[in-house]
Amino acid sequence: MDIFTAIVQILDSTIRLSVPLLLACLAGLYSERAGVFDIGLEGKMLVGAFAGAAAASVLHSALLGLGTAILISVAFALIHGFASITHRGNQIVSGVAINFIAAGSTIMLGQHWFQQGGRTPALAPGERFEAITWPGVDAVRGVPIIGPIYSELISGHSILVYIAFLMVPFTWWVLFRTRFGLRLRAVGENPAAVDTAGISVAWLRYRALICTGILTGVAGAYLSMVQNGGFVKDMTAGKGYIALAALIFAKWKPVNAMFACLLFGFLDALSIRLQGTPLPVIGKVPVQFMQALPYVLTVILLAGFIGKAIPPRAGGVPYVKER
Amino acid sequence: MSTPYAKLPAWADYGLIPVINLFVAFVVAGFVVLLVGENPFRAAVILVEGAFGRGTGIAFTLFYATTFIFSGLSVAVAAHCGLFNIGGEGQGYIAGLGIGVVCLAFDSVLPWWLTFPLAIIASAAMGALWALIPAYLQAKRGSHIVITTIMFNFIAASVMVYALVGFLKPAISMAPQTRTFLDGAQLPKLNWVIELFGAKIRSAPLNVSFLLALVMAYLVWLLIWRTRLGYEMRTYGHSPKAARYAGISEIRIVIVAMMISGALAGMMALNPTMGDQHNVALDFVSGAGFVGIAVALMGRLHPVGIVLAAILFGMLYQGGAELAFEMPAISRDMIVIIQGLVILFAGALEHMFRPYIQALFASISPKAVGIEAVKGKGA
Repeated sequence: MDIFTAIVQILDSTIRLSVPLLLACLAGLYSERAGVFDIGLEGKMLVGAFAGAAAASVLHSALLGLGTAILISVAFALIHGFASITHRGNQIVSGVAINFIAAGSTIMLGQHWFQQGGRTPALAPGERFEAITWPGVDAVRGVPIIGPIYSELISGHSILVYIAFLMVPFTWWVLFRTRFGLRLRAVGENPAAVDTAGISVAWLRYRALICTGILTGVAGAYLSMVQNGGFVKDMTAGKGYIALAALIFAKWKPVNAMFACLLFGFLDALSIRLQGTPLPVIGKVPVQFMQALPYVLTVILLAGFIGKAIPPRAGGVPYVKER
Repeated sequence: MSTPYAKLPAWADYGLIPVINLFVAFVVAGFVVLLVGENPFRAAVILVEGAFGRGTGIAFTLFYATTFIFSGLSVAVAAHCGLFNIGGEGQGYIAGLGIGVVCLAFDSVLPWWLTFPLAIIASAAMGALWALIPAYLQAKRGSHIVITTIMFNFIAASVMVYALVGFLKPAISMAPQTRTFLDGAQLPKLNWVIELFGAKIRSAPLNVSFLLALVMAYLVWLLIWRTRLGYEMRTYGHSPKAARYAGISEIRIVIVAMMISGALAGMMALNPTMGDQHNVALDFVSGAGFVGIAVALMGRLHPVGIVLAAILFGMLYQGGAELAFEMPAISRDMIVIIQGLVILFAGALEHMFRPYIQALFASISPKAVGIEAVKGKGA
């Protein structure tokens, strides 16, 4: 029983920890599938987290906070688009720039507006997304096995968690079952063909980046308005990069992305849980090893030892019309 | 739009455009200052005065610049070979491991001028090693260098935490850092050079690694433009196909370029550890590897430009510290924003103003931009 409870608890925190990764990963999926590399996921999440918490605490509304987070995050995505689509700048350089601007401006403005060392005020109950208790939780709780799974794992998360997981089939549907999705994938593989068909490559890529901005905004809002109840400086702490790793690990596919994010979230949950406790057989595992594992796994995957990750073919290349 | 980015005179390409980009970045930064309710012009004056007004300021500026010269050169060497080494941060961080081991082993036995070369070798070797794996994976297995070097930044951070809370720190201490190095691993200061010019310096960490940085800048220039290897690297950077056709080994050139880049990134760890703090502490690189990207872009990948850009960023760091002191509304994070803006305008948006400048040049002197040649009259 003890082991079972522990497992349920670890899985529960796995879900909580993988939600921001999942949202950011799906965000990256849209832009990378459209042929725009985006290492600015981290920065967009950060501005989303800051804008969400700041707006929620000022306007006293979680929904307005979420809206602001999405708005600001989309604005940053459009800067990335302006540089890398309109002006054909280097996409990686532009992403790096966005991460820097996000890191600096969130602290500066946070300090200026709230005077709490770069934090936003702690969010009151109405200003953050509360956990939703599913019907019948109390009735089922006593039932062995199913009870804890239903009451701990499935019920009791905030709305954003369910949205994140619903985004997986939705993204799959958009990318593989709609005209927009077909064109989006085509523009990432062979923009010249899309251009020949009379569809604007730039506008299509901009739309993909807007999708990215929306999702990173939600991811940021989750961090500051669900997980933490307020913005703390540098609170993304590399999650944007882990999401990027997960995206590669998932070979740019939505369902795989969910499993990759759950895996990385699980590793994170496990490393928190196992701090200092020795494992059977292996002995004591250093926390740092667990923390580095997602990155190591991604490198091994990239090296082609676990299948082959083939990125969208036109990724990273600005599109120039035929001369 | 048939020839989007035609030629400009060299002085415009390497002087005017970077200056315009930089200017725009600072104008936008000025708006941020305005947003937090301070006067941007006064802020600029405080910044420049803080960096160059007094001897101590100059010494600090050059101290910060030292690290940025190394990281900028590192990015530039890889970029000449068409590779984006975003892993300078990790390569510099892991080099701290090599420096730590060398200094802890020899600082009680050897004088600084013997420890220093050993530490240079150790840091360069660790940095090169950390770049070797991504380079090999790029060359041999086709995995994207940008992603692998980012991953290696995080792996380096984990390794360093493991080392610093483990075997590098003294057993009795709780702080995750090595013990303070003895005299044998402390680099001599260079402040007397500035004092020769009559300035007074109280205490500033400018040290001999600044000279090493200048030597490296010269060597990089020599490598890129005066050696066969550099020629091969530039060829590969311009056109991998042409390089292959010319019989240049793709694997060899990628690995060699990345290892040189990693070694330079590794050497940037010398300045903050042996030159300033006299220990290896958690997160001592603190973003200098990423600043290298801005420095290299700003300096147009040329060592002279990189040294100038590094001094500019050194000025931002030192002046920014003074600014944070004088204007409490502006924290040191302002520098991070300015960095981001410089990377954005000098890097990603470097072509934004080019068409206008080109049109301007074309209207003043068509010959300068080669309009005649295009029309088939000249050359």
